[in-house]
Amino acid sequence: MTPAQLYALVGIGLFFVGLYALGVRRHLLPRILALNIMGSGVFVVLVALARRSSEVDPVPHAMVITGIVVAVSATALALRLMLRVAHATGSAQLTDTGDD
Amino acid sequence: MTGMLRWAFAGLLALLAVGLVSVVLQIPEIGGGLRSQVMAQLPESGVDHAVTAVLLNFRGYDTFLELVVLLLALFGAWGLSDSIDEAQLDTDIAVLTELVAFLVPVLILVAAYLLWVGAYSPGGAFQGGAVLAGAGVLLSLCDPGWRSRRIERTAELLLVPGVLVFLLVGLGSMLLGGQFLEYPKDIAGSLILLIEAFAMLSIAVTLHTLFAGTPRVGGDR
Repeated sequence: MTPAQLYALVGIGLFFVGLYALGVRRHLLPRILALNIMGSGVFVVLVALARRSSEVDPVPHAMVITGIVVAVSATALALRLMLRVAHATGSAQLTDTGDD
Repeated sequence: MTGMLRWAFAGLLALLAVGLVSVVLQIPEIGGGLRSQVMAQLPESGVDHAVTAVLLNFRGYDTFLELVVLLLALFGAWGLSDSIDEAQLDTDIAVLTELVAFLVPVLILVAAYLLWVGAYSPGGAFQGGAVLAGAGVLLSLCDPGWRSRRIERTAELLLVPGVLVFLLVGLGSMLLGGQFLEYPKDIAGSLILLIEAFAMLSIAVTLHTLFAGTPRVGGDR
């Protein structure tokens, strides 16, 4: 296994750790963190797969650079939305209204 | 989610993960993706670093729209922020104050360096903007009101030039006979530096505004 493949596997691991938390946690803050971890996993996969051979592909790097900044701003917007939910309902915890 | 359901969910994710891992391991190691195309066109781009050339020239349209997305996120956050109580920070920490007084000038220099060096090695508007925004966040941790007392009007004016200069350069290159954002070859390097300088300032101010929230000048907004 090459180092690039190892990094790609780490990225996949991060993605699924985040996806699990996104499905399991009820509070909005861990959910936003989970989305961030998933995004970081995708960035790691992109950067790792750009270096499959000794020739580094610059295009995924450019995508990740813009992606990081956009992810930060999207997280800020999500946190504002969470605060708004907490302000409106008294809690940032999602409640089950179904049959659970 | 009940315990049983959690295990089922974890099992499903594990199956998906195994599938993805096997796909990634099967991707052939040969080839540098789009590297050969980028390297072939690099002399035309006006810069010597492949990532900067992709960001600001070959995929300039993409980067332009990323800056628009940043502004949209900020406007969204602004529209939501009037109901939120400002956090109360303990700002009277000697170590923090001393450290920030030392770090902020250094960070400004680092940001300027990153902007300049982006033409031929890793660096550029996004990196410099993130460093500048970090300096602003440090200042806000020491003194939450520094921006609204000192530079609020200037900062608000600096939100837009990143997108505006990018757009004007794109339209200008159309007037000179190219496509949108197809810079004339001999001045491409200068145009990229111009776009990046304004993009860096706008990115920094946008990120810091997202952190610091809406200014409340006179309490009327």
